[in-house]
Amino acid sequence: MSETKKKAAKAVKPAKAAPATAAAKTAKTAESAKAAKAVSATVAAEAAPAVEAAATAPAAPIASTSSRSSVRKTYKLYIGGAFPRSESGRSYAVTASTGEFIANAAQASRKDARDAVRAARAAQPGWAKATAYNRGQILYRIAEMLEERRDQFAQQIAGVEGITTDAAYAQVDATVDRWVWYAGWSDKLAQVLSAANPVAGPYWNISSPEPTGVVALLAPATPTLLGLTSVIAPAIVGGNAVVAVAPDASALPAVTLGEVMATSDLPGGVVNILTGGTAELAPWLASHLDVNALDLAGVPAGSDLARDLEIAAAENLKRVVRPTAGQDWTTDPGLSRMKPFLETKTVWHPIGI
Amino acid sequence: MFEYAPAPESRSVVDLKPSYGLFIDGEFTEGSGGAFKSVNPATEEVLAEVAMADAADVDRAVAAARRAYDQVWSKMPGAERAKYIFRIARIIQERARELAVLESLDNGKPIRESRDVDIPLAAAHFFYYAGWADKLGYANLGPNPQPLGVAGQVIPWNFPLLMLAWKVAPALACGNTVVLKPAETTPLTALLFAEICQQADLPPGVVNIVTGAGATGAAVVSHPGVDKVAFTGSTEVGRMIAKQVAGTSKKVTLELGGKAANLVFDDAPLEQAIEGIVDGIFFNQGHVCCAGSRLLVQESVAEEVVDRLRERMKTLRVGDPLDKNTDIGAINSAEQLARIRTLTEAGEAEGAKRWSPPCELPERGFFFAPTIFTGVSQAHRIAREEIFGPVLSVLTFRTPAEAVEKANNTAYGLSAGVWTDKGSRILWLAQRMRAGVVWANTFNRFDPTSPFGGYKESGYGREGGRHGLEAYLDV
Repeated sequence: MSETKKKAAKAVKPAKAAPATAAAKTAKTAESAKAAKAVSATVAAEAAPAVEAAATAPAAPIASTSSRSSVRKTYKLYIGGAFPRSESGRSYAVTASTGEFIANAAQASRKDARDAVRAARAAQPGWAKATAYNRGQILYRIAEMLEERRDQFAQQIAGVEGITTDAAYAQVDATVDRWVWYAGWSDKLAQVLSAANPVAGPYWNISSPEPTGVVALLAPATPTLLGLTSVIAPAIVGGNAVVAVAPDASALPAVTLGEVMATSDLPGGVVNILTGGTAELAPWLASHLDVNALDLAGVPAGSDLARDLEIAAAENLKRVVRPTAGQDWTTDPGLSRMKPFLETKTVWHPIGI
Repeated sequence: MFEYAPAPESRSVVDLKPSYGLFIDGEFTEGSGGAFKSVNPATEEVLAEVAMADAADVDRAVAAARRAYDQVWSKMPGAERAKYIFRIARIIQERARELAVLESLDNGKPIRESRDVDIPLAAAHFFYYAGWADKLGYANLGPNPQPLGVAGQVIPWNFPLLMLAWKVAPALACGNTVVLKPAETTPLTALLFAEICQQADLPPGVVNIVTGAGATGAAVVSHPGVDKVAFTGSTEVGRMIAKQVAGTSKKVTLELGGKAANLVFDDAPLEQAIEGIVDGIFFNQGHVCCAGSRLLVQESVAEEVVDRLRERMKTLRVGDPLDKNTDIGAINSAEQLARIRTLTEAGEAEGAKRWSPPCELPERGFFFAPTIFTGVSQAHRIAREEIFGPVLSVLTFRTPAEAVEKANNTAYGLSAGVWTDKGSRILWLAQRMRAGVVWANTFNRFDPTSPFGGYKESGYGREGGRHGLEAYLDV
């Protein structure tokens, strides 16, 4: 799909800075076209090694020679389960690593960030109250929906990251696996992190984890899809709601991930995705008093920005996950991104008759 | 109230020196930042002069801690570290009387509390964490837990020795060394603890104690040689520390303020609830970050609860901390007394109704009568700001949902209390309280095995229990 888009874009290359075309239909049109392909893609993926399937099934490069112009997709934000444009009316051009225009992405504003926080706050209690079994099912459902769109994601990732199709497929597969991994954590976190405490007295006393609330995530620029998943999944599995900033070119897979979530029974507002500049949006999220925690993954470790954001976050004592230099997103993340967004509550009660 | 004959605890068990130095590298040394006086808040008598550590002194202390960490403590097998920590626990028990008297002299808390709560709990913390020293791999925190290095610890004046134990015991068990700064109004038991480290033959530099005020604390927190910062105190200072360590690799835990709601339902066992309310707010003169300072009573029993509470408050004895009959001792400092007065005056000015039992306060020293405010609204300063004194604000609610709403209507989230006979309601409320500790049908219980710490602006990290180890480990 994005391959055809790229070809089409080539044809109109001079119009590089063209604004998001109003003529473009909503994502749904593009999706339904995709759906037909999906079954065979899934079957292929299961039957044969994934990478081979990918390498032998390139998208047909026929768009530019066909008499039909493709319907291009307008990339929007994902807030409260809906896909609005930025209230600021701004967009920015996403280009391939080779410099060619791929699409315009919505450039989120401070107001969009505040709207996203409000949506997250509204959704969080319900999400936290859902049973762990239910949350796990929904995370697994995200993996299912993602798997179905392997080709779409791989092509998008290859386009924006400038990596080989094989590498892009490998990233999609790692992403799917990561959602599955986190899905399995939902009903185990409490068991692994809880404690029945043998206090010296006639009291029943137990400590268990609870979500901290609304978490703002600054996703790394690359790997686009795996990086975004690696910050969102651990935050929501424990019952938090998130506002994630997907910077620069990662906007395209990020918005498509939003579409996956919108069709995965994830309640609207649990995940909100803003596209645009981390440096522009991050200060508003770091200083927002209704945000409980901040993940600085997408900010350079040791940078002034990282320090300034941490200072802003101190105002309401947000839990902060600092950036790690040279973070390898392909390795087992352990509990490192789940625990910082969980509080420990200890409940006491006397024992007697 | 019938009279009790005075039953003063003897202070002869404490051997106060006229002046104290810093404890660095296993020895008491002079400080280079001058000296300050530690005062008995019950009499305003100067107890001793204490050295004020400046940046150079902190430097020396951190250097000593680093040497001890690199050369001795982090290399020592956990089983050996454990034995030193067990020794410390035992010596605290052996010298419990002395520590309790000194704590009451320096802090103003009733001897009944320092003797029965502070000192035994401090010893219990060392016992509990001593046992972890050689079992860190079983703590379920990560496959290969490693110490962090030098811990810089700053503690408050409300539970001087207990807060020291909360900080020092897990740090040492995990293989870290420490530089600890006690509060400037209550440094004396920390300095006695330094002697205990000497008696235990703890290797020099493993524990260092630098006394001083805010500037000394800031020097400890911001020292580049400090790998881990632990602070207990006000949210205001916690915020400053979070800003100071921004952009560094220092690991931080903060135990900050609170404005806990104590919820009483109409089916609660009222006798017990009244005791719980009294314990919740008047324990340690209300100098407790998790004090139940907002009483939320179901409307149908509000009048009865307040009447009974007033009757109970009339039996509280305020006065000499060293008298074994005393329930409420001295406010820790003139400064704190002024703050309590400012906030209670604001309570009256904003329209809440103030009441204290008739009680005679000593002429000298810093004392404040136990006080309750009725007719308090959620917007009043006395319902929003931490008073840190024996002052209770009473509010009411009608439904459980309203109780939750009001209880959680605060920037803090350290503790909460619930009083009801209905088990399912307790669990329902416990789930909904945004607080790190929820006491159901009890209040102000502490135990070394039990994690303690806040949600929201009450700070981050937990102390106590298995969870408390994590703050001192790289996992």
